[in-house]
Amino acid sequence: MTVVGERLQPTLFELSRPGRGGGKIPHPPAGALDRIPAGARRVSPPALPELAEPEVVRHYVNLSTLNYSVDAGFYPLGSCTMKFNPKLNEWAARLPGFAGLHPMAPDALAQGTLALLFELEEMLAEISGMAAVTLQPAAGAHGELTGILMVRAYHRSRGDLERTEVLVPDSSHGTNPATASMAGFRTVTIPSATDGGVDLDAFRAALGPRTAAIMITNPSTLGLFERRIGELLEATHAAGALAYMDGANLNAILGRFRPGEAGFDVMHFNVHKTFSTPHGGGGPGAGPVGVRANLVPFLPGPRVLREDDGTYRLERTGERSTSIGRMRSFVGSTGVLVRAYAYLRAHGASGLCEVSDDAVLAANYLKARLSPAYLVPFERACMHEFVASAADIKHRTGVRTLDIAKRLIDKGYHPPTIYFPLTVEEGMLIEPTETESLETLDAFADALLEIAREADTDPEVVTSAPHTAPVRRLDEATAARQPNLRWRGMTGAQTPCPD
Amino acid sequence: MPYGPHVADDRARMLETIGVASVDELFDAIPSALRAGPLRLDGPEPELELSARLVGLAARNRVDLASFLGAGAYRHWTPAVVDQMLLRGEWYTAYTPYQPEVSQGTLQSIYEYQSMLAELTGLDVVSASHYDGGAATAEAALMTCRATRRDRVLVSRAVHPHYRQTVQTYADGAGLVADDIPLVAEGPLAGTTDLAALAALLADPARPVAGVVAAQPNVLGLLEDMPGIGRLAHAAGALFVSVIEPVSLAVLAPPGEYGADIAAGEGQPLGIPLQYGGPYLGIVSCTDPLVRQIPGRLVGQTTDLDGRRAFVMTMRAREQDIRREKAVSNICTNQALLALAASVYLAAIGPHGLRDVAAGGAARASELEAALAAAGAPRLHAGPYLNEFVVRVPGARGVHARLLERGVLAGIPTADLLPDEPSLSDGLLVCATEVTTPAEIELFASALRSELAGVAVAGGVR
Repeated sequence: MTVVGERLQPTLFELSRPGRGGGKIPHPPAGALDRIPAGARRVSPPALPELAEPEVVRHYVNLSTLNYSVDAGFYPLGSCTMKFNPKLNEWAARLPGFAGLHPMAPDALAQGTLALLFELEEMLAEISGMAAVTLQPAAGAHGELTGILMVRAYHRSRGDLERTEVLVPDSSHGTNPATASMAGFRTVTIPSATDGGVDLDAFRAALGPRTAAIMITNPSTLGLFERRIGELLEATHAAGALAYMDGANLNAILGRFRPGEAGFDVMHFNVHKTFSTPHGGGGPGAGPVGVRANLVPFLPGPRVLREDDGTYRLERTGERSTSIGRMRSFVGSTGVLVRAYAYLRAHGASGLCEVSDDAVLAANYLKARLSPAYLVPFERACMHEFVASAADIKHRTGVRTLDIAKRLIDKGYHPPTIYFPLTVEEGMLIEPTETESLETLDAFADALLEIAREADTDPEVVTSAPHTAPVRRLDEATAARQPNLRWRGMTGAQTPCPD
Repeated sequence: MPYGPHVADDRARMLETIGVASVDELFDAIPSALRAGPLRLDGPEPELELSARLVGLAARNRVDLASFLGAGAYRHWTPAVVDQMLLRGEWYTAYTPYQPEVSQGTLQSIYEYQSMLAELTGLDVVSASHYDGGAATAEAALMTCRATRRDRVLVSRAVHPHYRQTVQTYADGAGLVADDIPLVAEGPLAGTTDLAALAALLADPARPVAGVVAAQPNVLGLLEDMPGIGRLAHAAGALFVSVIEPVSLAVLAPPGEYGADIAAGEGQPLGIPLQYGGPYLGIVSCTDPLVRQIPGRLVGQTTDLDGRRAFVMTMRAREQDIRREKAVSNICTNQALLALAASVYLAAIGPHGLRDVAAGGAARASELEAALAAAGAPRLHAGPYLNEFVVRVPGARGVHARLLERGVLAGIPTADLLPDEPSLSDGLLVCATEVTTPAEIELFASALRSELAGVAVAGGVR
C-alpha cells in the first residue's frame, strides 16, 4: 500500500511527534484534579496526535484541496441543490451576538435571535402556505420524523388507532420509508405510472382506513411536478389520511405552488438545499417543518412565541400538553437558521420567484442540450432537475453511467447523482441550480456530449476513469469486509507537556 | 436575484434552445387551480442594508454578562486556527462524500475524527455524526433495543432533561418504553443515580430492559458510579449507555474502561460556538460487536486500483438510501462540518492542551465553589464534581433574575432545569471553564453577597 501519493496526505497520527505543540492554554495549578476520586480518573492519557500549529494548518489545507466543492466548480448533484453559498451568510452567523449566545440564556438576553427565528418562521409559513412552522429539526430526515410523529399524534388524538401504514412512491428518497419505520408505521410502496407520476389506480387501491399518511416528494425525485396532485390529495383526505410533502425539491416551485394551500398537511424544508446554507461535507443542515392548522397543537417544543408587548420568549417545558415533545436539545440549529434568514431577506419575494424560474430554466436547457446523446425518459418539461439515462450507450458500448460519472471528474465536474431514483435504468439525476452561468451550463453539456462520443471511440478511457483525481476507483468491498474504522497503534502522550 | 448570473440574453437563448416562448410554459404541469398567488414577503434587500439589519439583530442579544451557565453547552476558548480552517470553501461547500475520488479530504478528516473520538471514549467505533447530544442519546437508546430485541430502556433522571425528553419522543415513535431511574434525594450520594432503585427496576422479569442510560458527569455536574451502573445493567442482560462530555474524557475514565457498550454525547465543547443551540455535534460510539447497529456514516480505510491508501464511506447497508424501511435510522444529513471542527480543535490543542482545558475548568470551579460558599451559597451536594455544581440559594429564581441586572448570568435555577425534583427547588447550577476569570468569580460572589443581604442594585443593566 502506498501510504502517501502525489497529493495524498499522511494522517494526523503519522505526523505526530511527542513533545510537539502546546502553548495554547495556560497550565492549571498542580493538584487541580486532586479532589476527583482516583476511581473516576483516567489512568492512561488518550493517544491524540501532538502537532505544532503550522503542521495542523498544512494538513487541513492540503486535505481540503482533495475535495471538489461548489466554491471550486459546477456540482450538479440531483436532489441536493448544490447552489452557491453566499459569503454574507457565513459572516452573519459568526457575529459575536449570534455565535456567543448560550442556548439556555434567559429570553431577555436572546431577543435578537428570538426575533430572527420568529420572523423566519413567518417567512417559511408564507412560502409554504402553512399555518405554522417549527425550526427545531436538525436536518430533512429529522424534519420527516417530526412531521410523521405529528401525524401519529393527530390520529391518536382522534381516537383513531387503526392507522398503521404510510404510503410512499417507489421513487421516493430512502429517508421516507426509513422515517415511517422509526415512527412505528409499516411502509406501503406505490409504483410509478409510465409518465413518472404516482400511479393513481395503485394509489387508490392501497389507500384505506389503515392509511395514516402519504409521503410525496413534489416535484418528484424524477424532477417532475406531480400533475395529479389535486386528485392524490383529495383521495388522501377522503380516506381520512394526512398528506406529507417532502420539500427536498422546493427550489423548483417558490412562488408557484404553496403546498399548504394546495392541501398538504405537513412538509419539511431543507434549508441547506433551497435556502443556500452550506452542505458542509454532509452537514449541518436544518429541516424546519410547516403544518396546517390541524397539526399546530402537536408541534414539538419549545416554540418561539411573541408576547403582546412585542418581546419574544421560548415556550416552557410542559406548557403545551398536546406537543409530540422534543426532537433534540435546545431550540434548534440556530447558526444554520441565521444563514437561511439572510438568504430569504436578500432575495425577497421577487428574488425567490426568480430562483425557481432560473433553476427550472437551467434544467430544461441542459435537458435539451443533452437529449441528442442521452435518453431523456420523460419528455415533458422538467422542474429544477431531470433524469438522463445512459441505457442506450451501455447497450451499445458497455460504458455504464458509473463510468460516465467518473469521466466527468476528469473533465473538471462533480458527477450528478447516479442510479437514483432506481426506477430509471442507468439514470443520472442532474440539477444545475439557478446560480450557474450559461457558459458553465454549456461547458458541462459539451463535456457530457464528448464523453458519449468517447464511449464509442475510446471506451477504455471512460471505463478506467477518473485519471486526474487524487485517487483512482476504490476497493469498497474490502473496506466493508475488513473494516478499518480508526487509527490504532499510537500510544498516549507519556512525555511531559512541552512548554 | 442577488446571486444569479444570467443577463436577459442568456434567458432568451435558453428558451429558444428549449423551444418554449416563456418560462411560464415550463410550469404548465402545475394545475391552474393550485397555482400560488403572489408571495407576501418584503422586497430584496441589498447586502449593505441586510448586513446592517443582521448586526442590529445580533446586537439585541446580550453576550456581555459574566456567565456561569453550562447545563449541556459550554463556553470554551477555541484556537483561531479552527475557524480559519472551517472557512475554506473546499470543506463547507462540498456535499456528502459519495464520490470518493474527489472527496478524499472530507473522508480522511472523518476517519481521523473517528480515530480521535475513539481514543477519548476508549471504544472501538465512532460514527460521523449525529445532530446533537439529545438525538445521539436517543439513537443510542434505540440501538440497545435493536441489539437485545427488548423494548424498554431506563434513563437516569440525572441525564440532561432535553436528552431524556428526546429519548421519550423517539421511544414513543418506535413503540418502545423509556422509564426514569430516580435520583438519590439526600445523604452523601444526593444528586446521583439511585443504584438501589436501578437494581429494583432491572429485577422485574416481566419487563426486561434493553439499555441503561446514565451521564458522566451528570446534569448536576456530579460524578456517578459508572462501573457500578454498568455492572447492574450487564447482570440483567442490558447494555450500558454512557452520556459523555468529551473534554472531560481527557481526565475522567473513558466509557470503554468502565464497561460501557455505547457512549453518546454532545461534541459542542470541542471548538464549536454556543450559537444558541446549534449546529452542534452528536457523538455516538460503540464496541465492535455493535457496529452493525450503529446509525450514521462510517468511513473506512481501503486502497485504490493502484494500491494507494484511500478512505471511503463503508458498511452502507445500515443506511436509509440502501435499505429504506429496514435501515437502522433515517439519518442522512448529519453534522460533518462540526466533526471537522472538533478534529481541528483536537489536533490544534493536543492531548496536553485538552487535559489543561479540563483541569483548568476544575481549578476555576474550585475557586468558584469557595467564593460562593463564602458569599453564603454553599454546595447543595456532597459528592465529587468536575467543573459544574449546584449551590443552595433560597429563592434561587428571583436571585438569578436580579443577578442579571448586576451583570451576572448565575447559571440556571435547578427548579427550571429539573422542575420535578423537590430536593432541587432552591438551587443554582453553575459552571466554570478555562475561560472563567478570577474577576468574573469575584463579581459573581460580591453580587450574590449583596443580593443575599438584600442590597438594592445601583444602576442595573437592562
